[in-house]
Parts: sequence; C-alpha cells; structure tokens
Amino acid sequence: MTIFRNIVFSIAIFLIVSLLSYILRKMLRQFLSVFLRCITVAAITITIGVFLLLIGYILVKGLPHITPSLFAFEYNSENVSLFPALINTLTMTLLSLVIAVPLGICSAIYLVEYAKRGNRLVTIVRMTAETLSGIPSIVYGLFGLLFFVTAMGWGYSILAGAFTLSIMILPLIMRTTEEALCSVPDAYREASFGLGAGKLRTVFRIVLPSAVPGILAGVILAIGRIVGETAALIYTAGTVAGVPDNLMGSGRTLAIHMYALQSEGMHVEASYATAVILLVMVAGINALSGFLARKITKG
Amino acid sequence: MNHIKEKCASFLFLLAACACILAIVLICVFLFANGLSAMTEIGPLKFLLGREWKPGNNIYGIFPMILGSMSVTAGAIVLGVPVGVLSAIFLAKFCPKPLHKIISPMVELLAGIPSIVYGFFGLVVLVPAVRELGRYFGVGGNGSSMLAASVILGIMILPTIITVSESSIRAVPDSYYEGGIALGATHEKSVFFIVVPAAKSGIFSSIVLGVGRAIGETMAVVMVAGNQARMPTGLLKGIRTMTANIVIEMGYATDLHREALIATGVVLFAFILVINLLFSALRKKVRS
Repeated sequence: MTIFRNIVFSIAIFLIVSLLSYILRKMLRQFLSVFLRCITVAAITITIGVFLLLIGYILVKGLPHITPSLFAFEYNSENVSLFPALINTLTMTLLSLVIAVPLGICSAIYLVEYAKRGNRLVTIVRMTAETLSGIPSIVYGLFGLLFFVTAMGWGYSILAGAFTLSIMILPLIMRTTEEALCSVPDAYREASFGLGAGKLRTVFRIVLPSAVPGILAGVILAIGRIVGETAALIYTAGTVAGVPDNLMGSGRTLAIHMYALQSEGMHVEASYATAVILLVMVAGINALSGFLARKITKG
Repeated sequence: MNHIKEKCASFLFLLAACACILAIVLICVFLFANGLSAMTEIGPLKFLLGREWKPGNNIYGIFPMILGSMSVTAGAIVLGVPVGVLSAIFLAKFCPKPLHKIISPMVELLAGIPSIVYGFFGLVVLVPAVRELGRYFGVGGNGSSMLAASVILGIMILPTIITVSESSIRAVPDSYYEGGIALGATHEKSVFFIVVPAAKSGIFSSIVLGVGRAIGETMAVVMVAGNQARMPTGLLKGIRTMTANIVIEMGYATDLHREALIATGVVLFAFILVINLLFSALRKKVRS
C-alpha cells in the first residue's frame, strides 16, 4: 500500500514540477515575445508622439497669428509681411525647375533609352548623381557663393540661388525619371518601332507620356526641397526682404524669411505664422506626390 | 534629314547626362581651389587639429568643430536609431493595415518638414526644456546645447531611417519568416531573430544615410547648439559644428578667414564623401 502511495505521490510531484516548469518556460518565452512587441510599440509611439507634438505645437502657436496683414504686399519694419517672401519662393521654385527638369529628364532619357548596357559613362553618371544627392546643402551654398555669386559675378541674386538649387535637385529628378522610364514596358517601345516610328519619336510620343506621373512625383518632391531650403540660399540669394525688380536682384524665400525673423528676435509671432505656412505647403506637396504615386501603382 | 535629327537628339541627351559630372567637377574645383590654399597657408595639421578658433587673432583650428559635428551626430544616432529601426520593424511586421495608412503619411511629412521649422521647434521647446534640466542638475547653461542639438537631429533622421529600414525589412523573402514560424518561434521572435538579421545591410545603410543627413544639417543645429567655438565640454554645454561655423561667419569673413571657412566646407565635403563610399559599399553588398 505504501509503495503504491509513494508511486502515486512521486508521479503527482513529477506532474506538478513538469507543469510548473512548462508554465515557467512558456511564460519566459511569452515574456520575450511580449517584451519585443512592447519595445516596437513604444518606438512607434515615440515617433507618432514627436510628430503630433511638433505639428500640434506649431499649429496651436501659429494659427492665431496668421492675420491678413501678414499678406500685405509691402514688407516694412512695422508689418513683417511674408507676402514678398512667398512671391520669391514661387519665382525661385519655377526658375530652378525650368533649369533642372529638362536637364534631368534628358539625362535620364540618355541613361535609360540611349546608353548601351555596361556603358562606362552610365556608371560614372550614376555615381556622380549619388554623390551629388549626398552633399549637404551648406556645401551647395558655399559652391554657389564661390561660383555663381563671385566667379560669374551675379552677386546675391534670385538667379544665383535658382542655379544653386537646380544643381541640388538635379539628381533627385534624374533618379525618379529614370525609375519612371524603366517601368514603361518594353512592349510599348517595340510596338512603336514596329509601326515605323524612329527612336526620337518613340521616346517623346510613347515612352515619356506614359512616364509622366512618375516624373511629376519626382518634380513635386523637388519642389518640397526648394521650398524648405535655407542653408544653400543664404549666401546665394541673399536675405533682402522685398521682391526684386529682376532676377539679378536679391530676395529671400519663406524659409530664409523665417530664419531672418528668428535671428532678429523681434517677431516671434510672425515666425510661428511663417512656420505654419511652410508646414501647410509641405503637407500639400506631400499629399500631391502621394496621390500621384498611388496613381502609378494602380496603373 | 531624319537621320541627322536622331543623331543631334542623341548627342543632346548625352550632353545632358554629362551635366551631373560637370556639376561635381565644378564643385570640387571651386571648393578645393579656395579651401586647400588656406589649409596650406595655415598648415594642414594646425588647421585640422588646432584647438583654437580665433579669427580675430588669425588662429584657425577647426578641431573643436570637427568634434562638435561628430558628437552631435553620435548623439543623434544613439537617440534616433533605436526608435527608428524599431518603428520600421513595427510598420513592416506588426502594424495592422489601416493603421499603416495613417502612420506612413506622418513619416513622409516628417521627412518633408523644412529644417528651419525643426530648428524653430527646437528653439522654442527643446532649449527651454534642456535649460530646466540643467538647472535641476545644477549644471546651469542656457539650454542651447549638445543635448538639444542631438535630440533635434535624432528626430530629423527618424524618417530616413524608418523608410529605408522598412523597405529593406519588407524585401526579406516571406519564406524566412515562415521557416521561423514552422520551427516553433513566435511571430515576434521570428521577426526579430530571423527577418531583421536578414535585412541587416539595408538597416545599416539607413543608418549611414542618417549619419550623412545629421552631419550635414545646418540650420536646425545653428538654432539650438549654442555655437561657442570651443572644445565640447559636456552634454548640457553649447558646441559648434562645422556647418554652423560656415553659416555663422561666412557673412562677414574676408581674406584668410573666408578661405578658412571654405576649407571647413572642404573637410565637411571629405566627411560626406567617406560616408557616401561606405553607403555604396553597403549597397553593393546588398545586391550581391
């Protein structure tokens, strides 16, 4: 009887111990998984929190200061209107795009449509484009100061700023156009050749039109960069707070306007308001580019 | 006629393709021509390792600025990389689809916000917070500091790290993940110990891109770092980066001072080139 009881007893102990160790192991296993899940959730919470804090703070502080007087045509020391800066930003954007977009599209056409496979030039161009896109904007600003402002003798001017920016956005436009051209199916080209069209006609009539949404998405990204750029423009376009008479005059864009206001330190409310305007512009630009990108993936 | 047109067009396209090369050659020539002469005049070692920057006394040593740039970048990496990579893992593997549709535009907008706005945010929110922190620990300081600059840069490199890491994690074949599950790993373990290590080089290259962005950032840093041209002394003390050095003094610099600033740009450019080389080496590794 006692033997029987001992056996039952030991089996019970064995069962309990193994059950406990099983639960413990399971918990440990679960613990690691739960922990891993927790840290990812914590990280994304931080990201979202930072985003909301940043946007929320600037909107709450800035929206009340957006007044009609900020959009007065003249800038003077009493009313630090941002309207001239807005005009300058538009001019700067248009001018930079006029220079960089044709150049970028043409070079992408060469890389995708004309260059033969394994062409040395293509590797070199790709490498330089990659290097260009990594150069910080202040270095572009220095170069613009040395080359366009000083060596070419243009002085602080919208033109010098636009040329500097166009070099800066060139790799971006080139890369997005390249991707857009590559995604056009070869069947289109073959069909066009089959109908007797030449290479040039095929490129301009068939390939480019089907690549337009992709190219546009790139251009819009470039606009975003131009609108937000400061460091490359301070010593090329200068910081004059009015609309210049012609392209050889100095004028500040919105981002520089904000920097100037802040470093003067007298018009903090106007800085907040300018920040809101910049944010709204960037958000609009992003939404547009996202819309185009979705259009591409839908076909 | 048509033949000539085709030839002309292809030549024009070739010319356009060379624009990039022309640009980089011009940038190199103009920067190096102006910068290197200053470096030889000051003495390369004295310029790079000199601990004092006193343009008024013709003493130009940018070692404090090099250290400043490096420490701020390191701070940004320490703060930004864990959050960024873990966020990327969440977005790629844990996020329900509807939530992803909300979060990814947020990350895109973070990437698009101009650096001047980041700087402004740092100035009105972070700097006072750091000032309070300094007061609490009895260190003092006015809040414009290495810590503030690191935090703002950490935020600025988040979108770069998140987008590049996320796409590299998504690029790992599903069979890896399924294999992990089949061997009895939980979802989390399979993601962390199988999928993420497979996406290692993509994640590294996102970090390298982030370093490039952090070291080249100018306006945001200028507004929060304090910009004292002296050796970094502490987390809560002000420092000056190479980029800040250029932007602050270029406006009124002349002669050797001006050239020394351009030489600072050359050093910065060299840093960026090294980072780019690292990045393309990593990319090659990803492809092979």
